Amino acid sequence: MKPNDVILHSVTKVAVVIILTFSIYLFYGGHHNPGGGFIGGLSVASGLVLLYLAFDIETVRNNIPVDFKIVAAVGVLIAVLTGVSSLFIGKPFLNQAFGYFDLPIFGKTELATAVLFDVGVALAVIGTAVTIILSISEDG
Amino acid sequence: MSWLYLMIFIPFIFAIFVPFIYKLFGTRIHTGWFVFFAPLAVFLYLLKYIPMISKGESVHSKLAWMPSLGINFTTNIDGLALIFGLLITGVGALVVLYSIYYMSKEREALHNFYVYMLLFMGAMLGLVLSDNILVLYVFWELTSISSFLLIAYWYQRKGSRNGAQKSMLITIFGGLAMLAGLIMLSMMTDTYSIREILSKVDLITSHSLFIPAMILILLGAFTKSAQFPFSIWLPDAMEAPTPISAYLHSATMVKAGIYLVARFTSVFGGSAEWFWIVSSIGLITLIYGSINAVNQKDLKGLLAYSTISQLGLIMSLLGVGSASIYFGYGDESSVYAFAVLAAMFHLINHSTFKGSLFMVVGIIDHETGTRDIRRLGGLISLMPISFTITVIGSFSMAGLPPFNGFLSKEMFFTSMITVIESPVFGMESIGLLFPIIAWVASIFTFIYCMILVFKTFLGKHRPEKLDKVAHEAPIGMLIPPMILAFLVIVIFFFPNVVSEYFLQPALIAVLPGFAAAGGIDVEISAWHGWNTELFMTIGVIVLGAFMYYYLRKWSRIYSYYPQVLTLNNFYNQLLAGMEKLSSKLTKQYMTGFVRDYLVYIFTFMIALLGCSLWLSKGFSFNATNDAPINLFEGGAIVAMLIAALTVVFSKSRITAIIAVGALGYLVSLFFVIFRAPDLALTQLVVETVTAALFLLCFYHLPELRKEKSKVPFKVVNLLISLGVGVIVTLIALSVNNHRLFESISYFYEDSYTLAGAKNIVNAILVDFRGLDTMLEILVLSIAGLGVYTLIKLQLAGREKK
Repeated sequence: MKPNDVILHSVTKVAVVIILTFSIYLFYGGHHNPGGGFIGGLSVASGLVLLYLAFDIETVRNNIPVDFKIVAAVGVLIAVLTGVSSLFIGKPFLNQAFGYFDLPIFGKTELATAVLFDVGVALAVIGTAVTIILSISEDG
Repeated sequence: MSWLYLMIFIPFIFAIFVPFIYKLFGTRIHTGWFVFFAPLAVFLYLLKYIPMISKGESVHSKLAWMPSLGINFTTNIDGLALIFGLLITGVGALVVLYSIYYMSKEREALHNFYVYMLLFMGAMLGLVLSDNILVLYVFWELTSISSFLLIAYWYQRKGSRNGAQKSMLITIFGGLAMLAGLIMLSMMTDTYSIREILSKVDLITSHSLFIPAMILILLGAFTKSAQFPFSIWLPDAMEAPTPISAYLHSATMVKAGIYLVARFTSVFGGSAEWFWIVSSIGLITLIYGSINAVNQKDLKGLLAYSTISQLGLIMSLLGVGSASIYFGYGDESSVYAFAVLAAMFHLINHSTFKGSLFMVVGIIDHETGTRDIRRLGGLISLMPISFTITVIGSFSMAGLPPFNGFLSKEMFFTSMITVIESPVFGMESIGLLFPIIAWVASIFTFIYCMILVFKTFLGKHRPEKLDKVAHEAPIGMLIPPMILAFLVIVIFFFPNVVSEYFLQPALIAVLPGFAAAGGIDVEISAWHGWNTELFMTIGVIVLGAFMYYYLRKWSRIYSYYPQVLTLNNFYNQLLAGMEKLSSKLTKQYMTGFVRDYLVYIFTFMIALLGCSLWLSKGFSFNATNDAPINLFEGGAIVAMLIAALTVVFSKSRITAIIAVGALGYLVSLFFVIFRAPDLALTQLVVETVTAALFLLCFYHLPELRKEKSKVPFKVVNLLISLGVGVIVTLIALSVNNHRLFESISYFYEDSYTLAGAKNIVNAILVDFRGLDTMLEILVLSIAGLGVYTLIKLQLAGREKK
């Protein structure tokens, strides 16, 4: 018997968009407001988990053909590489830099290498959380 | 600015690209051609240091790594490091060239091979160039690991796996001992820098940790350099592909122990213990290796034992040379310093002749399909070039002119005779043993060198016993050993050039007392007149030739030695015993019930926390400073209590899961009330994700029901759960009344100017404590992969059933 989950499906479709958008906001807001890579990554993961719960794993996998183990690995790699990159300009490992630039649309904007590091954190968190949940749900 | 530290990274950088190159060109161009440039570039770069270092200078460059921990990536190149650096890259380049022809690009997993090899090369360079002892240790273990991977390169073979395991166990054990010794050194001198340690020798010699530190460091050196009784891993390591045996297990890695001993000679040398341990272990290894080599039937086994023996020779020279420090600087001391010079000379010579011999043995193996002496013979007409190279290498190893081995062998005899002539440390009584052991070992060395040449190349050729039709190797495979054999001869004719540019600077590095004089006054020459050394050599040749001729008659005595008493047997017994013991012990407590494991964890936690709370009298509760609790907060607390109690008393799992979730959300409510938005957000999301996780696991859990088991067991459980609750409550209550450390909040006050971030929490996460975060996500991903692997393995196991 197929359960009737029309409501769940419809709500999920809308909610996931909101969650993911909010996650991106959280991620970028992290520098000056509450948020950051860890929270951003986790809320993306929670959005994805919602998708997996509402639809079945196969459907989601067909639509998002991403291996989350690789996502986690890439995340760690990015974090390590941003750390190493500071070695080449004679600074200690993991030294972060920031500066203010005039960009065409955004006006005066602050760009920081810490964001790159945060990308790594976020990807690692997303990859790990989804990997764990997927592997447990596939078991049995 | 010096680019020295970049040289260490070059092999690692190449290693990153190797798999991609292999994927792109794998079947068309041999990956080795790409790898070849790594050692070549570093070699050429290091050549630039020769003029500077031959003047007795040393170059120092520093790169901050973890300055707050005092760990810097400091590199230092002096005479000793230069010799090793050139050997590593020079022999490395030749070995890569050789491997291009040795390793088939169609059949072998070349990307693995070259990645491991580059990993080793970088680690070895780092080892000899590093000035920081902790960095040195890291590279030291990295060489052990890459050696393990390379020995197990043909991991389908049982022998490879066992050999790899053996070498790993022995060298890592030694490495850990060495780490303890190095830490003791840094405790005594309060620095991690080798240069600074060397300048504080007085502090060390008077310290009570002097002997323990010495023995621990020597353990590291002896295991790595395959000294008796740790030598057993080296013959088994011959399971590695021959280029690797030539590179790691004869020319470079096994000499790391020599490097360590040489590097710390000026710290520990001058004491009787160091002198006796290093020189006697060296001599025992020398004679043990040479006697065993004669009995080998496998050509690589023969070379392995001969390497052990030659390493013992160098080690004993360093041991004898250390007495020089005891005498200070003067005539007597320079007599002993001569031994150090001889050690460095033989180090270089050994790499040239042994490297070429290994390569030739590889060629024989490659072209005939066997390395068994009993099946080989009469190859001289089929492989004339290989024969010539073998003659040069073997005769040099046997100590015959006109090859470089003759010079260093004579110097070795001179040093051993010195021990009798100017005795030190109670040598008067048994000093005579030193030259006698040296002489006897040299006879056996002569015999196995002859076996290597004549049993393989002379005699009757028996093609029916070989797997392939024997023929000469392709020219590319012959060039690297030819270059090395060429060096063997060149060094014989120009030893003093080598001495001036390499040996004297290395001597100064080992014995800094001679720095002012620019080394010792020595002229290396092939002809000294009719002196004792020459007579010893003649004796070796005459007796050695005689014994080789009658080898068949007396070699039977080897079979009388009981197998039970061999070192390998001891090792196997020890390993089996340890496996048995640990499996017995593990079975005692690994019951397979998560419940039992939780009992262990919680009991330990209660004991640890309870004891420390009790011993430090840490419990104090004082509510006077606390803010008043308003109605809203009180309500939230009551709700939390209800949620917590629901978890304990719920009848179904789903209620319990929901209650745990509710508890988590209520906690995040408190974060909101106390204005910690970052924490609140994190807690909310974490709570959501874990609730989902719990629900997933929910499917797999059995029904919650009253379990019928014995009563005493439940009492234990009750006690433990009460204990955990009480301890955690006590700690939570007393947390607020302690200021064990100063507040660190001032550190983050100007986070906006320092990190450009208004959100201090995030600035701490990604900038101030970036290393913590990096390691956290690393741990997180490893945990994720662990979960994935466990579940996938379980699924695969089930499918098999």
